[in-house]
Amino acid sequence: MTKKNKIIELKNICKEFDGTLAVDNFNLYVRKGEFVTFLGPSGCGKTTTLRLIAGFEMPTSGVILLNGEDISKLPPYERPVNTVFQRYALFTHMDVYDNIAFGLKLKKIKETYVDKKGVEKERYRKYTNEEIDEKVKKALKIVDLEEFEWRDVSTLSGGQQQRIAIARAIVNEPQILLLDEPLGALDLKMRKEMQEELKAMHKKLGITFIYVTHDQEEALAMSDTIVVMKDGVIQQIGTPEDIYNEPANAFVADFIGESNIYSATMVGDKLVRFLNHNFVCVDEFENNKKVDVVIRPEDIVLGDAGCGMVDGKLVSKTFKGVHYEYIMMVGRNEVVIQTTDNFEINRVASISIDPFNIHIMEKEFTVNRYVDAWIDKNNNVVISEEPFECDITQLIPGSHIDDEGYLVDSLGVRYDLTDADVIAEIDLKDIEVIDNSEDGTIAGEIVSIIYKGDHYQIIVRTEEDEDFVIDTEYTWNEFDKVSIKVDPKKIKLTLKAEVKEYVKD
Amino acid sequence: MVKKIFAKVFIYFMLLLMYAPIILLIIFSFVDFDYIDFRQLFNGDVINLNLYKELFTGEDGEVVVQAFKNTLLIAIVSAIVSTILGTFAAIGMFYSKKRMRKLYELGGQIPILNPEIITALSLTILFVFVGIQFNFFTLLIGHVVLTIPFVVLSILPKLKQMDNNIYEAALDLGAKPSKALRSIIIPQILPGILSGFILAVTLSLDDYIITAFTRNNSFVTLSTYVYGVTSKRGAIPPTLRALTAIIVVVTLIVLLVINFTSGKKDNKRGKRI
Amino acid sequence: MSKIKFQRKFLAIPYGIFLVLFVVIPMVLIVVYAFSKTDPVTNKTTFSFENLTTFFSNSYNLHTFLISLAIGLGNTIICLLIGYPIAFILAKKEYKFNYIIVLLFVMPMWINFVLRTAATRDLLFTLGLSGGDHPYISTMIGMVYNYLPFTILPLYTTMLKMDRSLIEASMDLGANKVQTFTKTIIPMTFPGIVSAASMVFMPTMSSYVISDVMGERQISLIGNIIQLYFDQGLWNLGSFVALILLTIILVFMVATRNMEKEDNVRGGLW
Repeated sequence: MTKKNKIIELKNICKEFDGTLAVDNFNLYVRKGEFVTFLGPSGCGKTTTLRLIAGFEMPTSGVILLNGEDISKLPPYERPVNTVFQRYALFTHMDVYDNIAFGLKLKKIKETYVDKKGVEKERYRKYTNEEIDEKVKKALKIVDLEEFEWRDVSTLSGGQQQRIAIARAIVNEPQILLLDEPLGALDLKMRKEMQEELKAMHKKLGITFIYVTHDQEEALAMSDTIVVMKDGVIQQIGTPEDIYNEPANAFVADFIGESNIYSATMVGDKLVRFLNHNFVCVDEFENNKKVDVVIRPEDIVLGDAGCGMVDGKLVSKTFKGVHYEYIMMVGRNEVVIQTTDNFEINRVASISIDPFNIHIMEKEFTVNRYVDAWIDKNNNVVISEEPFECDITQLIPGSHIDDEGYLVDSLGVRYDLTDADVIAEIDLKDIEVIDNSEDGTIAGEIVSIIYKGDHYQIIVRTEEDEDFVIDTEYTWNEFDKVSIKVDPKKIKLTLKAEVKEYVKD
Repeated sequence: MVKKIFAKVFIYFMLLLMYAPIILLIIFSFVDFDYIDFRQLFNGDVINLNLYKELFTGEDGEVVVQAFKNTLLIAIVSAIVSTILGTFAAIGMFYSKKRMRKLYELGGQIPILNPEIITALSLTILFVFVGIQFNFFTLLIGHVVLTIPFVVLSILPKLKQMDNNIYEAALDLGAKPSKALRSIIIPQILPGILSGFILAVTLSLDDYIITAFTRNNSFVTLSTYVYGVTSKRGAIPPTLRALTAIIVVVTLIVLLVINFTSGKKDNKRGKRI
Repeated sequence: MSKIKFQRKFLAIPYGIFLVLFVVIPMVLIVVYAFSKTDPVTNKTTFSFENLTTFFSNSYNLHTFLISLAIGLGNTIICLLIGYPIAFILAKKEYKFNYIIVLLFVMPMWINFVLRTAATRDLLFTLGLSGGDHPYISTMIGMVYNYLPFTILPLYTTMLKMDRSLIEASMDLGANKVQTFTKTIIPMTFPGIVSAASMVFMPTMSSYVISDVMGERQISLIGNIIQLYFDQGLWNLGSFVALILLTIILVFMVATRNMEKEDNVRGGLW
């Protein structure tokens, strides 16, 4: 692709709201005429990014280039982009015609003319009423609502209002059309219809579309390119096929489509061990490395017992129309399988997986690491504003704490570790999640859950915005208010500075 | 059933009591005695329009009409100021950070919670402290302090009901902020602005204490005039009875017209071109 | 780019300035004046508790203060007793035109309240009740007449929001009518009661117009004292009395702060 094709480019965009990063170092370019979708759960920064492009928010840092020109500082009314809002944002005190004509009436267009002396000059003029009339009629025709000009917007159905909102935006012939979950308020059938229409409209108009949604099916069905986001960070950019077939990490795999995710270990060259079996795979990783493995349910071949790679017991079977969905227990691991073949359940069967269908990813979290921890005057380690009675003698081998609270090593040297900055590491299994926000040490909210065959990996975000990643066997729900408990003895500590800086004389 | 009838009788009886003094004034606007006494009605031919003539032509009437004009003047001017300032305030508050908004709300609560006499006294002390002569301007400030929090309170709910993105949609379509405010936000909250204005007029018309404290003594309004006469055991100036009757009739007509037009509003929109 | 860009929140700045100039500063002045005195000769202002001792050592003032409290309390209770059933009946959804009836209760406000009060006095007089002979009775009637609309409005708006099915639920769960009223209806409408009481009690205590007109100047209320000091230019003493009223309001607000919550029932109907 040549550089000329880039219509918009976001470079190192960061956006902060009251100290929290909503968008973190966002880099993306969009080609002319492309249909790009920002996909992610609520609060992932996708709408904020869209609002940055529209000009409703200004980036904290970074630049936005439109056709190579920096528009980051331009107000929304000077940007050649238009937005379709989630709840339409129609002007309810105007009729359909005035809503669509609103932008046209404000627009000034350049024209050349010949003045009295015969010199060619440029001037700006407004659209004439006839021109506006013609454009409004054309826009209404595009959204299939001819003859609706004089209707009051409040008398229209949700779907019709949505079409008016689209007409109001495209009538201005924007270079980019921004759509902020435009189908979110419609019912399922209507949504499917509008998806098709939007796609057709995109082809016909040739305008670049940037589309925001949390609905992965919608994103897969409509987009040329999908940008998967989480916590303000881009997780993956790619075509729908790429995103589905080669998810970059466990989050993307879990968010897009259904998947089996397992913790696995590399046991040899292109050999990975999970479900108590060594599978041949196509990805190369170093030996003994802990990794995550993703297998789509439809990529697992179900067969009679003993015929496949691994045997297990089928425990559940659901008819899903086109296929059956089975759950097989392999040891303590659940395997979800989708196939059109009919099997009896409560029987042992086997599965086999093609090496190309085993997607191996680096583990995102192997341990919780807190680089901002410090030691208070009671020799407790403060993590996320909460003191823990850790064993700080591990910082200096062979040391103990004397009566005055100083650390004394085997040579009798005293250390004062008050206010010392430390790095605290907690294993994913060493954190306990408690059902209410009072009983644990730190209260927080569950922001993410990923099922990994025999356990869940959840992320608890505290009020101080600290994330704790926890492996647990129990089921939780997203947005549960919970608290966490850590056995302080199991927290591993490392001093940031040299030990000798803390010598007490 | 009996309970229902009892409830209705109770309500209408209380309404009758509420309106009794006003009805009394209207009845006696057709009787030109100096004071009100039912026995006069039995004295034969007492019904006439003399008080109405007196109101528009007599000396007594001149004072009353002037007081009425002053009352209307301050009510309308203060309501306009309150409505303009209050509309901007409500919009500004709505888009302020939560902490700032709470601060504005707290400030607005003070005149609402304070009895009028404290607002009146505090303003008087301010004017004396600064050394301003009492004039129409000080009276205007008094009435704006009295009415503006209510204007803000009647507009804020309308802003809350509005679609969050509507202002941004206007900017997105090329409107500058001032244009977006004028042609989108203001029309959207117009009902709140109107009811705020009517409320401001009502409060100002009904006021006595703030007027008495912050006016220049030469500026006579209906309330100060009536208080001056009646608090010294004097009778209500007879021409006022005629004026009251006129105000009641005009108010009723205005209310009926408003009711009528707002009911018809939906049918008004037809096809254009 | 040093130009400050337009932001919508700037629109509230004039209001903020107005509030500071004409609400906050005057309030501060009242507190300052209440605890200071001005020497008539040297014209110097000093900090002092003189206003406090002057006010409380005057038995007439104390008497007036107690009378004001009694009349304020009495009026609040009577207004609630009459206004509560009216609001309750009107808030039932059965009647179509209830909203208009509520408006009718408020409508007399278009006739100035001094004039309305004087007309009430004349009505009572022609019915044989002279304000000169029975100042307390006629004052109370005048007060109730004036403040009843202010009681009905907040009660009505709270009751409109009340979920009436809770009354049925209460009955269904075995509460009798009295229990339902005391345990369900009263607690649910409590914000309205608090708001109504706050709109009646303070103004009754502090206003002097109604008692002057109805009681033919035989009753003195706290408002009369303030007005008297105002006429004589005794700002310090006047401020001190105002401060007493402010303290009462503050106590009332703190005591009921959790009851009104977010929704301001006062602005409701408008």
